[in-house]
Amino acid sequence: MSKSPFRFIGKHRRAVEHKRFVVGQGHFAADIQIQGMLHVALVASPYASAKIKSIDVSQALSMPGVHAVLTGQELRQHTEAMLPGVDAPQVTRYPLAFDVTRYAGEWVAAVVADSRALAEDAAEFVMVDYEQLPAVIDPQEALLPNATLVHPAHGSNVIFHRHFVWGPVDDDFSKCDHQLSYRVSWARNATVPIETFAVACQWNDSTGILDVWASIQMPKFPDQMAKALRLSGNAVRVHFDVDVGGSYGVKRGLKHSVLVGYLAKKLGRPVRLVEDRLENMRGGDMQGPDRIFDVTLGFQNNGEIKSMRMKAVDDIGAYSGRSPLQLGKPVGAIVGPYRIKSVSYDAMAVMTHKTPQEAVRGFGQAPTNYAIETGIDKVARFLQLDRIALRRLNMIGKDEFPYLIPSGTSYDSGDYDTVMTKALNAASYEELVKERDALRAAGQLAGIGISTCLEPSGGNSSFEPLFNPKNETTTWMDSCLVRVDLSGSVTALMGTSTSGQAHETMVSTVVGEVLHREPDSIRVLHADSLNALPSNSPVGSRMAIMLGGAAAGAAKKIKNKLLQIAAHNLSVSLEQLDYEGGHVQVKNEPEKKLSWDALVEIAHRKFHKLPQGMEPGLQEKFVWEVPTGGMLPTEDGRVQMYPCHSFESHVVLVSIDPGTCKVTVRKYVCGHDCGVMISPDVVHGMTYGGIAHGLGAALMEKFAFSPEGQLLAGTFMDYLLPSSAEVPAITIVDHCTPSPLTEFGQKGSGEAGYLGSPAAIASAVNDALATQGAKIDHLPMTPQAIWSALNDVKSRA
Amino acid sequence: MTASNTLLKSIQIQVNGTHQHRLVEPRTSLVDFIRDELGLTGTHVGCEHGVCGACTVLLNDEPVRSCCMFAVQADEMRVTTVEGLAPERGVMTKIQDAFCEKHALQCGYCTPGMLIACHALVADNPHPTQDQVREAISSNICRCTGYQQIVDAVMYATQAEGK
Amino acid sequence: MKAAPFDYVRAENLAHALDKLHDSGGDAKLIAGGQSLVPMMAMRLARPSLLIDINRLDELKNIEIPATHVKLGAGVRQRDLEFLPQLHSHLPLVRKGMQWLGHEQTRNRGSVGGSLVHADPSAELALAALVLEADFTLESKSDGQRHLKANEFFLGPMFTAVSDTEALTQIDWPVWQGPHVGASFEETAIRKGDFAMASAACQIQTHEDGRIRRISFGIGGVDGTPLVFPELAKSLEGQVLSTESALHVAHVAAQSSQPGSDMHATAAYRKHLAQVLLSRALLSAYAEACTNSQASNIT
Repeated sequence: MSKSPFRFIGKHRRAVEHKRFVVGQGHFAADIQIQGMLHVALVASPYASAKIKSIDVSQALSMPGVHAVLTGQELRQHTEAMLPGVDAPQVTRYPLAFDVTRYAGEWVAAVVADSRALAEDAAEFVMVDYEQLPAVIDPQEALLPNATLVHPAHGSNVIFHRHFVWGPVDDDFSKCDHQLSYRVSWARNATVPIETFAVACQWNDSTGILDVWASIQMPKFPDQMAKALRLSGNAVRVHFDVDVGGSYGVKRGLKHSVLVGYLAKKLGRPVRLVEDRLENMRGGDMQGPDRIFDVTLGFQNNGEIKSMRMKAVDDIGAYSGRSPLQLGKPVGAIVGPYRIKSVSYDAMAVMTHKTPQEAVRGFGQAPTNYAIETGIDKVARFLQLDRIALRRLNMIGKDEFPYLIPSGTSYDSGDYDTVMTKALNAASYEELVKERDALRAAGQLAGIGISTCLEPSGGNSSFEPLFNPKNETTTWMDSCLVRVDLSGSVTALMGTSTSGQAHETMVSTVVGEVLHREPDSIRVLHADSLNALPSNSPVGSRMAIMLGGAAAGAAKKIKNKLLQIAAHNLSVSLEQLDYEGGHVQVKNEPEKKLSWDALVEIAHRKFHKLPQGMEPGLQEKFVWEVPTGGMLPTEDGRVQMYPCHSFESHVVLVSIDPGTCKVTVRKYVCGHDCGVMISPDVVHGMTYGGIAHGLGAALMEKFAFSPEGQLLAGTFMDYLLPSSAEVPAITIVDHCTPSPLTEFGQKGSGEAGYLGSPAAIASAVNDALATQGAKIDHLPMTPQAIWSALNDVKSRA
Repeated sequence: MTASNTLLKSIQIQVNGTHQHRLVEPRTSLVDFIRDELGLTGTHVGCEHGVCGACTVLLNDEPVRSCCMFAVQADEMRVTTVEGLAPERGVMTKIQDAFCEKHALQCGYCTPGMLIACHALVADNPHPTQDQVREAISSNICRCTGYQQIVDAVMYATQAEGK
Repeated sequence: MKAAPFDYVRAENLAHALDKLHDSGGDAKLIAGGQSLVPMMAMRLARPSLLIDINRLDELKNIEIPATHVKLGAGVRQRDLEFLPQLHSHLPLVRKGMQWLGHEQTRNRGSVGGSLVHADPSAELALAALVLEADFTLESKSDGQRHLKANEFFLGPMFTAVSDTEALTQIDWPVWQGPHVGASFEETAIRKGDFAMASAACQIQTHEDGRIRRISFGIGGVDGTPLVFPELAKSLEGQVLSTESALHVAHVAAQSSQPGSDMHATAAYRKHLAQVLLSRALLSAYAEACTNSQASNIT
C-alpha cells in the first residue's frame, strides 16, 4: 500500500464546524436577535394569473403592532428590477408584484409588525381586489401560437431558445445502423432544505451601511442587492459567517433580501423575514428544473453510439433568475462519459404561470444524466446487449484524457471503467443478479440499475456568455487571505457563505498541508462582503478546487516568504533550505535553522532582519481565476464549461411489490472518483446526501400543480422528503484520478450522488418493469406511476 | 379576536434543569417559546406542521415535536433541548461526540432534533440495531447526510465501550 | 405559520371542560395531544376562540379490561395503548394497526380519542374501530351521555357525530374471545408513517376445522370514511377461506368504494390498492387464525 504523499489531506478529521452544531450553538439567520427588530409576513396572490385592481392596506395598518404594509407599487418606484440571466430585459421581477400577479403564491404585499404572529394577523386584512386573467399552465400550451403570454412585453413565452450543432450530426446519423428515439420527463422538484430562507437587514443612517444576515448561497449576492436597492457596492455588508441550514443551490433569496433591505432602510429599524414553509414552497421561488427531453441516439450493430440529438424543453415558471442557464451547464458534459462524436442540442426555456425556478444542485446536470443514461439502457435492450458491456464499449478510456467532447469542453482526467468495475465489485454483482432473480422467483418485480455519470466541477461563468452573448463574463474567481499573527497562530479568511460543506475544515486542512501546521490550530473565518476578497460562492462543486486552490496559493506565498526570511538571515540561497513543520533549516546543517516562532518574530517585529523591500508581517492573499476559464464561447456555441470532471457509477437493486407497485431500494453502491479528496468524510457525506436527494427525485418528490395552476404540493404532507426508512444503507467505494489542473489533484464533488442516482434508480425500475413488457420514462416513479405503466401494458395486450 | 383580547397565561416549565416562570400568549408554540422567549436557539423550526422533526425536544424525557404544541400545554413539565443534553459546558455526550467523529451532520440544521431522537432511543435501548436506529430517526428529515453517517454514529456511540 | 389568537383554559375535570364547551357556543375546541389540531391551527385552517386542554384529565385516561371489552378513556395516549400489555391478546387488530400509526414522537403526544375525532378517512384507529364495531361514549353538559356505534360515529371526511359542545369520553373495543383469532392490517403509503393511500383491516376467528366462525373487515382511505362490509363478511361465515373467495370479496368491496383522486393516487389506483391490500389482509388474518390456538383473552 503506497504511502500518502500528504500529511493532512485525505485523512479522517473531525469537521471543526461540528463542535458548535452538536451543542446547539449554530448561528443561523433566524437565531440572530437585534434590538428593535421587526418581522415580516407576506400576502400572496391566490391566482395563477390576475390583475391587481386595488390594494387596501388601511385595516391592516390599524392592527396592533403593525408598522408598515408595503406594496409592489412603492417597491417598484424605489428599487431596480431583478433581471434574468438570459437576454430578456422585458422579463422583469420585483419582490412584490404590482399591476399583475403571475403565479399563485406570488407575493403582493409585505406586512411589518412587532412579531411574526402579529404580521400574519394583519396580513389577513390586507384587502386585494383581483381580477382573474387567463393563465397558461401547461408548457406545451405555452408554446402554441395564440398562447396567453406570461410577459406580454417579451412577446413570447419562450425566454430562451438555441439550437446547437456540434459536429456532423446528420452525416453521422446517416451512417448509423440504427437509431432510437425516446422521451423522458424530469418532474419539478428541488433540494428543499429544512431551513427556509431567512434574512435580516439593518440600515445605519450614520454609516450608510446596510447590514445583511441571510441564509444565502448565491454568486454576486451583495452586488445584486446593492444594485437593486440603488446603493453603492460598498454600502451593503453581507455577513457570510451566518450558518446556512442547507441550500444545495436554491438559497438565492435575492427578492426576499431586496424586500427586507428596502424595509429596513425605509423604517430605520432592523427587519427580518423568516419564510414559513407555506411561503417557501409556493412563493419562495426555489423550485427546480421541470424538463422534457426528446432524444435520438444513432448507433451501430455492435453498440457503438455515434451521434445524439437532444431536445430539452424546461418550464421555468413565471419569472427568471438564472434558471434558464440550467439548460446551459450540461453542455459541458452533454455526452456523459461516452465517445459520442457529434451532438445536436436544442435547448428551450419556456414560461408559464407557475412558481419560478431557481438553481438546484447540479444546475441541470442531474436531469441530463437521467436522459442520457435512459438512452444507454434502451440501446442495450434494443440490441440485446448487456448494459455493462455496452457502457464499457462506449466509455472514454483512461488513456484518452484530456478528452475533448464535441461541445468544446475538455474532460481533464478519469478512469470510468475502473470506477464502474469497483462499484460492481463492491455490489458483488453476480450475487446481486442472483438476489434479483430470487426476488422475482418469490413473486416480486425486481431490477438492477446501473448508471455511469459525469460530475462536472469547478464552476465557471461560461454558460452565461453561451446563453447571452451580450454578457461577456469570463471571470469566475475565488480567493483566500492567510495571515500568521505575531504570536505565530494562523488564520485564513474566506469570502462567502457555507451551507454544510465544511469549508472551514477544508481550508484549514489545505493551509495546514502547505505550511505543515496542525489544521486544528488554524482558524478559518468568513469575511463579510466589505472586507472579503472576491468570491463566486459555493456553486458548481467548486470550493475544493477554487477555495482550496486559493488557500493553497496564499499559504504557499506565506511559506515562500518564510523561506526568503530564512535565506536572508542564514545567508544561504533558497535551494539550500528545507522547510519542515514550519521551521526552516539549511540542508544537512541542523544547527543552522530558524524556528517558526523565530521567523514569525522577524516578520512582525525585526524589520532590520527583513530582506530589502519585503513587506513586514505575514499576510498573503491569493485570488485566482478558474483553471481553463477566461474564454468566450465560439460562434457555434462551443466552450470549456467546467475545468474538472468527477465521475460516479451507481449500482442499485430494487424490488417492486407487484400489487401495490411500491418501490423498495434494497442495495445501493456508488463508485466515486473526485480526484484527491481533501476531506474524505466531507466528500462521503455529501455523496450520501446527494444520493438521498436523487432517491427523492426518482421516487417521490414533485411540485405538482393543478390544471388551474395551484400548487398541490405546498406542505410536507404532499411534497415528500425521504426519511431514513426510504433511504437504504449506502456503500461508497472510492477511486482517484487526480486532476492535472489543481494544486493537490482535487476535483469538486458537492453535487455527488445526486447527478447519478435518479438515472440508476430509473434504470433499476425499468429493469424490473421490462419483465412485464412495461417501462416508465418519467419521474417520480411513485406507486401510482408504476401501476399506470404496468396497466398500460395490460390494456394494450 | 385580536391580540388585545387574549390574556397571557402564566406557565412554569423546567428547561434543561432550570426553572422558568413566564407569561405567554396561548398561541405561542413551544418551539417559539424556547427560541424567542428563552433564547435557546439550538432547537430549530423547519415546517411548523409536524413533519420534519427539526423542532424535536424531550418532554418529560420523551421526544416530541415542539412545533405541534403550544407552550401553555407544557406547563409544569420538563423540557430538554439540545443545549441541555450534555452534563456541563465543554463536555459532550457520547452521541454528540460520535456525531462529530462519524460526520453525522453537515449544515447542522436538523442536528438538534436528530440528537434528541437518538438520545431518546439510546436511553430506552442502550444497544440498538441499525434497523432500530433507522426506525428511531425516521421521524426526522435530513437533506444533507442521507442518514448513513447518522446511523454509523449511533452504532459507534453504543458499541464502542471503552474506545 | 402562527396560529390565530385564542384563549386557553386547562380543564380541572371533565365537567369543567364540558361546561366551557357548552358556554362557548360552538367556538371552542378540546385539545388533548394536539398532533392533528395544532398544525391545522398553525395553518389557520382551524381557528377556535378557546382551547380547552383536557390532556391531563385522569378521568379520560382510564383503562378497564373486563372480559368482553377493552374500555379506553379517550385521553389515553397512543403510546400507552401501544404498550398496553393486553393489546396483543385482546386487540390484535389494533396492535397491528398501530404499527402504521404516525411516528413515536406523535404517539407520545397523540391520544386515541384525538385520532378518532379527527376522523381522517385513512386513519388506522378509525378503520379498526369500524371493523371491531367499537362503542363510542359522548358527553355534553346539556344532553349528558350518549352512545354511538362506530358506524354512527364517523360521518364523513374529518367529520364525526360529535357536536361542538360534546366530548368523546370513552371508546369500548370488543374483544373476540376464544381461540383461533387472527388479525391483519395492511397499508400503503409512499413513506413510512404517512397517511395511507389505502388500507385494509381484517379480523377473523375460525373453528378448529378452519371454517370461518366470525369475520369482519374494512378498507380505509378510499371513501369519505373507512368502509366496512358486514354483509359481505357474513357471506364468508361457515366456509374455509380460499384465495379465490378472498380475491372476489376484496374486489367487490373495493369496487363499492368511491375514492378521491389527488396528486399521489387516482381513484382507480386507490381502488386497485384497496383490493390488493384487502385480499392480503383476509388471507393473512385467516392464516393467523388457523394457526393461533391460544385463547384471545386471558384474564
